[in-house]
Amino acid sequence: MAEIELRHIKKSYGETAVVKGVSLNIRDGEFLTLVGPSGCGKSTLLRIIAGLEAQDSGEVMVGGRCVNDKRPKERDVAMVFQSYALYPHLSVFDNVALPLRTRRLSFAQRLPFVGRALPGRGGIEKAIRAEVEQAACMLDIAHLLDRKPGQLSGGQRQRVALGRAMVRQPAVFLMDEPLSNLDAKLRVQMRAEIIALHRRLGVTFVYVTHDQAEAMTMSDRVAVMMAGELLQVSRPERLYRDPQDLRVAEMIGSPKINVVSCADWISLGATLPPGVHGNTRHLAFRPEAVGITASGDGRLNGVVASVENLGSDIFLNVALGDGRGTVVVRTHPDVSRSEPGRPVGLQIDPACLLQFDGAGLRQRHAEQIEAAA
Amino acid sequence: MIARFSDRRFVGRVARHAILILTAAFALLPFFWMVSLSLKPPEEIFQADFHFWPTAFHGVENYRVALTAAPMFRFLLNGVLVCAAIFALQLLVCIPCAYALAKLRFHGRDTLFSAVLVGLLLPPQALAIPHFVLLNVFGLLDTYAALILPWAISTFGIFLLRQFFRSIPDEMIHAARLDGLGEFEIIWRIMIPMTAPALAAFGIFSVVAHWNDLFWPLIAVRREEISTPALGILLFRDDEAGQFFGPLMAGAVIIVAPLLVAFLIAQRRFIDGLAVTTTR
Repeated sequence: MAEIELRHIKKSYGETAVVKGVSLNIRDGEFLTLVGPSGCGKSTLLRIIAGLEAQDSGEVMVGGRCVNDKRPKERDVAMVFQSYALYPHLSVFDNVALPLRTRRLSFAQRLPFVGRALPGRGGIEKAIRAEVEQAACMLDIAHLLDRKPGQLSGGQRQRVALGRAMVRQPAVFLMDEPLSNLDAKLRVQMRAEIIALHRRLGVTFVYVTHDQAEAMTMSDRVAVMMAGELLQVSRPERLYRDPQDLRVAEMIGSPKINVVSCADWISLGATLPPGVHGNTRHLAFRPEAVGITASGDGRLNGVVASVENLGSDIFLNVALGDGRGTVVVRTHPDVSRSEPGRPVGLQIDPACLLQFDGAGLRQRHAEQIEAAA
Repeated sequence: MIARFSDRRFVGRVARHAILILTAAFALLPFFWMVSLSLKPPEEIFQADFHFWPTAFHGVENYRVALTAAPMFRFLLNGVLVCAAIFALQLLVCIPCAYALAKLRFHGRDTLFSAVLVGLLLPPQALAIPHFVLLNVFGLLDTYAALILPWAISTFGIFLLRQFFRSIPDEMIHAARLDGLGEFEIIWRIMIPMTAPALAAFGIFSVVAHWNDLFWPLIAVRREEISTPALGILLFRDDEAGQFFGPLMAGAVIIVAPLLVAFLIAQRRFIDGLAVTTTR
């Protein structure tokens, strides 16, 4: 049982504040993803949870007890690193067995040379071997136990790193961009395996990534971080439909959400949609919330600049007039075949229109406030 | 076409090797000369015409004198003892220092490292007098300790190992801490095995320097029974040096031989080790 609670965590390196007062509750058994652009402080936050970095202020609670002054190994957390951080001079077996050995063998038994001969070590080693083999079977690396990490492929190293983390059955798994060194195909496969591992182990996972697709597909909840602050913590679908901040809206979803400023909207001769709030400066809408119609007065008009056919979907890049950016429109292949250069009108579903003020904060009209509540 | 191309490559290769052989010969000439002299009788050593192979083979006599006139084995043993002790102490000091300077964060670390760099600039000769006085105060002159202790801390070693330790990613150390290793265990189980080639390289520098050192033993030691090889060989150089040139050179060969043999044996492993670290 280990829920994690972060209270007002702050951390700076010299003059630069990296984490600016983050508070976050992570439930027991939850898969929470910290997502954000590189340098936003998400990895630092993860290392603070692990105890590898000390926060300047604030508290870290794991399983209800404050672990501020506990060392990493006393926190009952395991971590998987981006570079896997396997020990290159040890075999796969020794890599995976190391955390068990450091915990179960006494100080004397771990001494170089003499430790091997001490009584009791044999029995413990036998138990460790059994557990390592069990973990290896689970991860399908049992046939690699005698190899050195240098002889393994990226995906195999990733599994060994997972094995080393799970073999001692920690209450919390921390993962720092574990898939970013893998090729695209393997990444999708490992994604599924990590989800399955989470389900099987049932412990708390905290997962750091800059890839919004990973965040969306894997997590129970996603925490979006930017410039050292948490912008929003929500379920993935909520994050997509109902972002609190323009930066969240732009980070989540591929292709990116369309953003047109009210000023552009008016100067392009389109009338603002009904229900636009007085403070609203930006209107944002997802590619699938736009339809293509004939161009006409009062509408947002543009010219098809390019067509991307993905088979299941066709994305149209529509250039707005006067070089005021492009809008991406997602259409079904059966619906329309648009050629580049064709003038079109854009019809936006008003229910899917998101409004943001000058600072990027979400503005809601009455129905949306009700819906959110 | 193809033939001409490979011809040109062949010529280039010959030229390259010719240059290499020439420079190697230049570097090895004094050594061959030493071996050659150690095999010659005294009268031939000072002859005007020169040939590498002696006309009258006098090697046996020279080496017999070299081995019997002075306790050569004792000198060699002293050399091994002193070099091993120096290297062991250096590792004991350098490895933790280098680890702290490379991987731990604490106040004053950069200042300390600057101090190490300053130490690197000081020539050991400049410290000879202070060391001598210090050893005198502790009554350690003319003992093994006098030969060993001044070299126990190697700023060069700290510097070299720090650079190697820095090249090990922080994530490796983070992983080790999470796996439950203490700092000394990280050094022993992670840092030392991963930088073994660097330690070997440092070992070569250290052993060669102190095996061949004449300057410091000359100052610190008088007694014959604790003389190092380089100092011991001076026994052959008395006023009648001319007579003793053959045995002197034979002694020099005997002193250099262990290092050569050791490195010929270690060379393969050494190069393998370097290759492992680069392809990792």
